[in-house]
Amino acid sequence: MSEQTETSGVQFGLFTVSDITQNPVTGETPSERQKIKDAIRIATHAEEVGLDVFAIGEHHNPPFWSSSPTTTLAAIAAQTERLILSTSTTLITTNDPVKIAEDFAMLQHISDGRTDLMLGRGNTGPVYPWFGQDIRQGLPLAIENYALLRKLWDEDVVDWEGKFRTPLQGFTSTPRPLDGVAPFVWHGSIRTPEIAEQAAYYGDGFFANNIFWPKEHYQRLIELYRQRFAHYGHGTPEQAIVGIGGQVFMRANSQDAVNEFRPYFDNAPVYGHGPSMEDFTEMTPLTVGSPQQVIDRYAAMRETFGDYQRQLFLIDHAGLPLKVVLEQLDILGGEVVPVLRKELAKNRPAAVPDAPTHAARVKAVYGEGPAREARPGANRGDNLTAGSPYQDTPAPAGAAFGLGRKEA
Amino acid sequence: MTERRIAVISGGLSNPSSTRMLADKLAAETVKQLAERDIEASVDVIELRDFAHDITNNMLTGFAPANLETAINTVYSADALIAVTPIFSTSYSGLFKSFIDVLDPDALTGKPVLIGANAGTARHSLAIDYAIRPLFAYLHAEAVSTGVFAASSDWGGGGDDVAPLGKRVEKGARELAEAIARKDAATAADPFDPANYLGEGRSFGHLLGGLAGE
Repeated sequence: MSEQTETSGVQFGLFTVSDITQNPVTGETPSERQKIKDAIRIATHAEEVGLDVFAIGEHHNPPFWSSSPTTTLAAIAAQTERLILSTSTTLITTNDPVKIAEDFAMLQHISDGRTDLMLGRGNTGPVYPWFGQDIRQGLPLAIENYALLRKLWDEDVVDWEGKFRTPLQGFTSTPRPLDGVAPFVWHGSIRTPEIAEQAAYYGDGFFANNIFWPKEHYQRLIELYRQRFAHYGHGTPEQAIVGIGGQVFMRANSQDAVNEFRPYFDNAPVYGHGPSMEDFTEMTPLTVGSPQQVIDRYAAMRETFGDYQRQLFLIDHAGLPLKVVLEQLDILGGEVVPVLRKELAKNRPAAVPDAPTHAARVKAVYGEGPAREARPGANRGDNLTAGSPYQDTPAPAGAAFGLGRKEA
Repeated sequence: MTERRIAVISGGLSNPSSTRMLADKLAAETVKQLAERDIEASVDVIELRDFAHDITNNMLTGFAPANLETAINTVYSADALIAVTPIFSTSYSGLFKSFIDVLDPDALTGKPVLIGANAGTARHSLAIDYAIRPLFAYLHAEAVSTGVFAASSDWGGGGDDVAPLGKRVEKGARELAEAIARKDAATAADPFDPANYLGEGRSFGHLLGGLAGE
């Protein structure tokens, strides 16, 4: 049986970029091996301090190391029991949707259902040509590839022809999703209304990273997603599934946090050598100060975005050493998240859905009944003509070649 | 009649600035020319010097601080743009170009533009046509054919007696006023309106194309 986190309303967790950045204080640059091990340690500690989610980005160039997120997440799955493993983001534009379908169904099984994923288009231009794609097709790729990914998870036997990928005839993505329920999908975007539309169309989740820019930039996209979620008949706007990010650095005394974080801020790859930390913390959700300041700032996020389902924090980038990150996690798990859980539960309308979990989604499909356990039949080359490749299901209509079935 | 709005960007660095003086002359004359065509117009002047730090920060962080965002939106929503820069090293100033660079690349498409430039001597006057005009052509703005260049001597008695600055300003402003008069008042298209990103009456199925059979 799948593990279930005890959380209900809002899931809290980390999202990490996987940057290997020189520590501006010591001048040291950690090795890839060290940072990879550190990430696993951070993830397991996230569970130890009571967080719910660990999400990791995908990159294909130095100074980043996370080229193969499901490998990392599987290692974390083996060392944790409750933590949900996710991504931030998985590149729907340049990965083969078949490989995404396979990798994340695998991770679902390995992790007993503690798997979801966030799709994004990436922000590193050369990744497109490196993987044989054209960045000008970014949006059409995201739309077509996801349509195929959905089909691969929802149908045992897939016939497919699109613009971007070689066609498929009678293809079955294995393993089938755990319990017959595909991983929950978040669509991440910071500026593209079509991606909000996509998330709404499918009734999937929408995530705004809510770092680096003023939160008002994300507000319009989330509001659009909520309206379109209702437009496509998935519920009211308030029932849409929203996740947001955030970025914090905390010490018991606010000024200690400011002093300690400043060199990391000033040299950070994304905003370093730009605005002052004071201006940036005022303009964006980055909060550097006491735990109470973080609580106040993030307890108020729902006033901007509405009641939401997932809150991820970025705490480990810009060269921060492992020891400091683990201390940040102790503060986050020990002082901040317990209060935020209570604050966000206050006056939360009953109609607002809880954060998605595999167990709840299985229950929504099967009720108390048994979930699917996919058992393939022996493949004598007649999987496509003799019915379903699986013993446990009748062959779906419209399978390869449109050949008829003889089953009752 | 709807009042029209003209955005003026002035890239001068000193104060008082002859770039700003030229910008003001061009703006005032354009308003006057529009008034002669029974069109009311107002002017918003953006002194780029005031936004120099914000423009750099925008380049580094990817977002415009609130004040700069207001200025950018002033340009986006204007019926026309008067763009005036000092000539530095044969071209527009770096600050002027940086401001253009933080605009959405499509923001100036179809917008009437009057180009102005100033420098110490008239020897720089062709910079308008070889350096600045291609920038606006690239952005699909509709720059009027006259660009107005002012040399330091134009502000005193040493300027061009045959075609004095006032005449050149009038010519450029008249062309801009005519371009504004030919167009309907600018309307801002909300990028978050499904009718704009999907097309009127369309749904996500149209983005899916043949995949959804629509």
